[in-house]
Amino acid sequence: MRQRHGVDARHKAGHDGFQNDAGLGPAALTFPPGPAVAHQRTPHMLEIKNLHARIGDNEILKGLDLTIPAGEVHAIMGPNGSGKSTLSYVLSGKPDYEVTEGTATFNGQDILALAPEERAAAGVFLAFQYPIEIPGVANMQFLRAAMNAQKKARGEEEISTPDFLKLVRAKAPDLGITQDMLRRGVNVGFSGGEKKRNEILQMALLEPKLCILDETDSGLDIDALKVVAQGVNALRAPDRAMLVITHYQRLLDHIVPDVVHVMHKGRIVRSGGAELALELEESGYAAYGQDAA
Amino acid sequence: MTIPVRPARTPAEDAIAATLQARLAVAAGQGGLEGRLGELSADALEAFRAHGLPNRRVEEWKYTDLRAAVRDFPPLAGTPGPAQEAEAAALALDVPHAARLLFVSGALARGASDFAGLPAGVSALPLDAATASNNPLLDRIGSLQPDRYDGALALNTGFLGEGLVVTVEAGIKAAKPVHLAHVFPAGEAVAGFTRTVVVVGEGAELTLVESFTGREGVAYQANHAMELVVGDGATVNLVRLQEEGAAALHLGTLMVELGRAAKLNVFSLVQGAALSRHSVYGRFQGTGTNLGVRGATLLKGRQHADTSMFIDHAVAGCESRELFKTVLSDESHGVFQGKIVVRRDAQKTDGRMMSQSLLLSDNAEMDNKPELEIFADDVQCGHGATVGTLDDKMLFYLRSRGLPLKEAERLLIQAFVGEAVEFVEDEALREVLIARMVAWLEKRAA
Ligand SMILES: Nc1ncnc2c1ncn2[C@@H]1O[C@H](COP(=O)(O)OP(=O)(O)OP(=O)(O)O)[C@@H](O)[C@H]1O
Ligand SMILES: [Mg+2]
Repeated sequence: MRQRHGVDARHKAGHDGFQNDAGLGPAALTFPPGPAVAHQRTPHMLEIKNLHARIGDNEILKGLDLTIPAGEVHAIMGPNGSGKSTLSYVLSGKPDYEVTEGTATFNGQDILALAPEERAAAGVFLAFQYPIEIPGVANMQFLRAAMNAQKKARGEEEISTPDFLKLVRAKAPDLGITQDMLRRGVNVGFSGGEKKRNEILQMALLEPKLCILDETDSGLDIDALKVVAQGVNALRAPDRAMLVITHYQRLLDHIVPDVVHVMHKGRIVRSGGAELALELEESGYAAYGQDAA
Repeated sequence: MTIPVRPARTPAEDAIAATLQARLAVAAGQGGLEGRLGELSADALEAFRAHGLPNRRVEEWKYTDLRAAVRDFPPLAGTPGPAQEAEAAALALDVPHAARLLFVSGALARGASDFAGLPAGVSALPLDAATASNNPLLDRIGSLQPDRYDGALALNTGFLGEGLVVTVEAGIKAAKPVHLAHVFPAGEAVAGFTRTVVVVGEGAELTLVESFTGREGVAYQANHAMELVVGDGATVNLVRLQEEGAAALHLGTLMVELGRAAKLNVFSLVQGAALSRHSVYGRFQGTGTNLGVRGATLLKGRQHADTSMFIDHAVAGCESRELFKTVLSDESHGVFQGKIVVRRDAQKTDGRMMSQSLLLSDNAEMDNKPELEIFADDVQCGHGATVGTLDDKMLFYLRSRGLPLKEAERLLIQAFVGEAVEFVEDEALREVLIARMVAWLEKRAA
C-alpha cells in the first residue's frame, strides 16, 4: 500500500513537472486541428502524449504518443519487449509502474491520476496477456462483485441475482465457458485458451468503453479465435474504442482495425491502415532496428 | 537436578491463590466441593502454588506470557439475575435448529437453557446435580488432563464447580446440534470458569457448537475446558466460535480421547478477546481413528491469540490433520504451536499439520512452532508453516475489474480462510461461521 501511494505521488510530481518544463498552454492546444463541432462529435477517447514510464530503474515507455478516437479499433504490433504490455498496464493502473513524464487522458479525464478500480468504473478494461488464477474466489462471485462494484461507483443500481444469472447464461455459452468453469475459482484449472475466453466474457459483461486486448489471440485455437473475435466485434460501437495488441495478422483478419501502429523500444514508430499489418508479417521489424533507438 | 526457582508471585497470582484457598475452605465447611471435584480442586491449588501462571520461561507458553499479561484477578461471577440472563441470551450466537444451553459469566443459566430441546439420546447434567447424586461420570473429570502442568487448565480445575456432563447414548445419531453458549454480559469485570465433559457412546454421532461471546470493553476473564471422549466408531463434529469482547481474556482447553475408528472433526474460529489461548490435547486410544483440527483466526488492533496443539499418536493406524489459517492486521500477534508425537507402536500413522498466516500490516506478528517427535519407523508425517502477504498480482487483477482495494482484499482473505472453513461439513454451521468472518471483514473494510 505504501508503494502504491508512492507511485501515485511521484506520478503527480512528474505530471506537474512536465507541464511546467514544456511550458504548455491550455489543454485545448493539444487537440488536433479541425472544426470544433466535428471534434466534439468524435472526441478522442484516448489521448496519450509523450508518455514515459519506468519500472524500477528501467525506463520502458520512452515518449509514447497515441490517439484513439471513439468508435475505432487500433492495433499495436511490435517486437517482444517493446513495451506493449507495459502500455496496457500503465493505462489500467498497475501499481508497479511509475509514470515520469507525459499525459494520458480518457474522454478528457486524466486517467493516470485514478486508482485501477476508478479507471475500471470509468470504462477502461484490460484483457490480460497472462490472466492470473485466483483460487477460492468463485468466478461467478467475482463477475458479480465486479459488475456491482462498477455500477456502485457510477451511482447505478446493482444488478439482481436473477438478472445477473440471465446475463451470464446469455453470454457464457457462446464463449465456451461452462457452468463448471463459472463455479470454479477465477481461472483456476482453466487452459490457456479458456483463460483468454474468460477475459472476453468479463469484457462482454462489464461493457467497457475502452477495451485493451493484450495478445488475446495467443493460445487460442482457430475456432476459439473466431469466437473471441465475434465477441469483440459484437462490442464494436460508436462510443467505444479498442486497442488490440497482437503479433499476428490472423486476428486482424477477424477484427479489422482502423489503424495499425508499430511499437518499438517504448514508442509508436509508425502508424498506418490495416494493410500495415500485412506488410509487417512479410518484412518483420528489422526496418525499425535503427530509427527507434 | 535443579530446583526451579519461583520468582516472587505477582499480585494477580496472589489474588488467585487466595480466592482458591478461600473457596476451598468455604466449601469444606458447607459440604459444597466434596468428593472428586474437591480433590481435583485442592490438587490444582497445590500445583498453582508451585508453578503459578504460565510465563515465557515455560516452553509451551513461550509466546504467550500469562504472568506478564494478567495484571489482576477480578471477583468470581455471582449467580446471574434474570436481566443478565436475558441480555446474555440476546448476545449469544444464534445457531439455527440447535438446542442451546446458556452459561452467563461462567454460571449455567438453567431458565434460559433449552434442556427440553435436547435431541433424543442426548442428556446434559449440570455439574452440581452430578455431584449431589454422586454420578459415576464425574470420574471422567480430569481423566484427560495432560501429564505436564498447564496453568490455564490448573485454574479451570481449581475453580471447578460450574459445567455440564453431556452424554450421547451408544448408536444415537443426535438429530440436531447441541450448542453450549458462553456469554459475559455488561457489568463489572468478573472471572468465570466452566468445565464440560462430553461422552459420546459407541457408534453415536453428535454435532456440538461452543460459542464464546461477551460485551466489548469489559475486562472479564473466561476460562473454559472441555473433556471430550469419542467412543469407538463414534463421529463428532465440534465447531467453536471464540468472539469474546475486545478487552477480555479467554483461556480455553480442549482435551479429546478417540476410541477405535472414531472420527472427530474440530473447527475453531477465533476473532475475539484481547488475549486468548486455545490449547488442544488429542490422544488416540484405538486404531483407525481420524482426527481433524482446523481453524481460522482473524485479529486486529493489538489482539493476541495463541493456538497450541499436542497430538499424541499412541496407537497404530491413526490419521490426524491440522490446518490453521491466521489473518493478522494492525499490531496483532498470532501464535501457532503444534506438536505431533508418534509413539513407538504407532506405526502407519498419517499426520499432517499446516499453519498458514497472512500479514495485512507490517506491524503484525506471527509466531509458528510446528514440531514432530517420531519414535515409529513406518509413518507419514509432515508439517509446515507459511507467512505471507496478499498477492499483489491478484489484487491488481481484481481492482482492474472495478473492485475497490478493500473489497479486493476482502475477497482474497475470504478465499484464504475458506480453505479451512470448507472442512466444516454441516452447511448451516458453515454459513454461520462465514457470516461471522464476513462481519469481521466488513468491519475492517469500513
Ligand atoms: N518487473 C520488471 N522489471 C524490469 N523490467 C521489466 C519488468 N517487467 C517488464 N520489464 C521489461 O520491460 C520491457 C517491456 O516488456 P513488455 O512486457 O511491456 O513487452 P511486450 O511488448 O508486451 O512484449 P511481448 O511481445 O513479449 O509480450 C521488457 O524488456 C521487459 O523485460
Ligand atoms: Mg506483452
